[in-house]
Amino acid sequence: MQAKRVVFPHRLLPALLVAPQLAVTAVFFLWPAAEALWQSTLREDAFGLKSTFVGLANFRDLFADPDYLVVIGTTLVFSFAVAGLSLALGLAAAALADRARKGALLYQTLFVWPYAVAPAVAGVIFLYLFEPSLGPLARAVGPAWNHKLIGWQALSMVVMAASWKQVAYDFLFFLAALQSIPRSLMEAAEIDAAGPFRRFFTVSLPLIAPTGFFLLVVNLIYAFFETFGVIHATTLGGPGLSTTTMVFRVFRDGFIDQRLGASAAESVVLLLVVAALTVVQFRFVERKVHY
Amino acid sequence: MPPRANLRAIALHAALILGAAALAVPIWLAFVAATRASADFVAGDVGWLPGPHGFANFWTVLAAGDSADGLPPAWPMLLTTLVVALLIALGKIAVSLPAAFAVTYFRFPFRSLAFWTIFLTLMLPVEVRIVPTFQVVADLGLLNSWAGLSLPLIASATATFLFRQTFMSVPDELTEAARIDAAGPLRFFFDVLLPLSRTNVAALFVILFIYGWNQYLWPLMVTTEPRFYTIVVGIQRLALAADEGTAVWHYVMATAILALVPPVAVVVGMRKLFVRGLVETEK
Repeated sequence: MQAKRVVFPHRLLPALLVAPQLAVTAVFFLWPAAEALWQSTLREDAFGLKSTFVGLANFRDLFADPDYLVVIGTTLVFSFAVAGLSLALGLAAAALADRARKGALLYQTLFVWPYAVAPAVAGVIFLYLFEPSLGPLARAVGPAWNHKLIGWQALSMVVMAASWKQVAYDFLFFLAALQSIPRSLMEAAEIDAAGPFRRFFTVSLPLIAPTGFFLLVVNLIYAFFETFGVIHATTLGGPGLSTTTMVFRVFRDGFIDQRLGASAAESVVLLLVVAALTVVQFRFVERKVHY
Repeated sequence: MPPRANLRAIALHAALILGAAALAVPIWLAFVAATRASADFVAGDVGWLPGPHGFANFWTVLAAGDSADGLPPAWPMLLTTLVVALLIALGKIAVSLPAAFAVTYFRFPFRSLAFWTIFLTLMLPVEVRIVPTFQVVADLGLLNSWAGLSLPLIASATATFLFRQTFMSVPDELTEAARIDAAGPLRFFFDVLLPLSRTNVAALFVILFIYGWNQYLWPLMVTTEPRFYTIVVGIQRLALAADEGTAVWHYVMATAILALVPPVAVVVGMRKLFVRGLVETEK
């Protein structure tokens, strides 16, 4: 990380300038993270009176717990479904908007606003739309719809609510990527008599693939962490475990069931997941900078 | 234009408008529900067109609340949400600007350490460290307080990186000129850097305001007193009542509309800044 060539000679002032940022980071990020690491090695007795050091036993129990394996599976299905759905729809809308010569800005507005809707609010709206006895969309599906009892329907409902909002984001980045493709390339393809579909799949798509990969990582991070609101405001992880994601389980174990050791171990697992995703994302950014 | 190309353009715009309409269907149906009466839900004929109770419902939700179903009036919640969103957005900018200035324009001991510490926060979303952060905030006695609501969300590597990038693109000649004129670093910061980064600050503010407005998990945990309820948290408590069979979906949907109109208005009204902010923060 480099600094400016021309810098100011002071030594105390910069320390004062970074102090607020570092203080907040230390108190609300580093301390809790260290606490989570420490707590993941402790176990409380049945009354929560004293805790003993148990080493990695919490982690061993976690991965021996069939429920947790189900939760991991649900999280993966949920995250890839959300990422896949919003990437596909965002790309389709962006490809169309890119070809519209008139009204491009209007379409940008028309597709981008759902980004501003809170995940929890989107969740509550979809909860109404799919309410089995009176929701307009549930009635359109018919009496076969009951997400309160049928797990895969509950999962599809939260996937739809979470993706609906994310389409906007993917649309915006895909559109920017498509618009940065040099016109001359497309014209060359046109002269070679490639039709619009052929042009899209053989010229545009390979060129925007890096954007797609970047969006995949961002979407996965979104689906892993920011969709808590969608799930908490609608299904509360149910029916059964069908919509319990790893973040939701941290919340349930830590706050509702008061299993602090287990919850801390789950936090550490998530920490590793987010660290891995961030590293992947940064390696990608580096590559983007280099060429 | 030859007729075939014309036809193609029409099909293209039709597809786009259809897609945009499909995206808006959930909000339209929520709005329709917000204009209906309780009886419509019991009878099961809400339909796709608005009813005549819109004003009454929004007025009830905003001003009176629905105490029978545990719903406080929405306007104090809207106000709380606005304060929280502003505290988070302005707070993030206020701690990130000087931090970015320090790591860009000075060489001081532990500069790399400071930089990497800030970088680490990228990897710790609040959802991951939620239980221990809650304990820390509880130990500090900050539950049910403005500080407790906003401080843990204020540190942000993204904002610091963005400002650093902006500063790096400011020509060194300006710094040299300032030094020749014997302007100190603070004078330089306020008179040269800040005016130059105005657009970036504004773009970031739009993004952070939406981020703050839409916070859910954290306010849910640190607030138990109704006067600190944000609208996004309040709506969940109401939706639970509706989902358990009380016919209050018209109030729930009216609250949902109230919760989403301000951030959506910000995005639509400041589209250019919003797009810029979103693209810049992800670089």
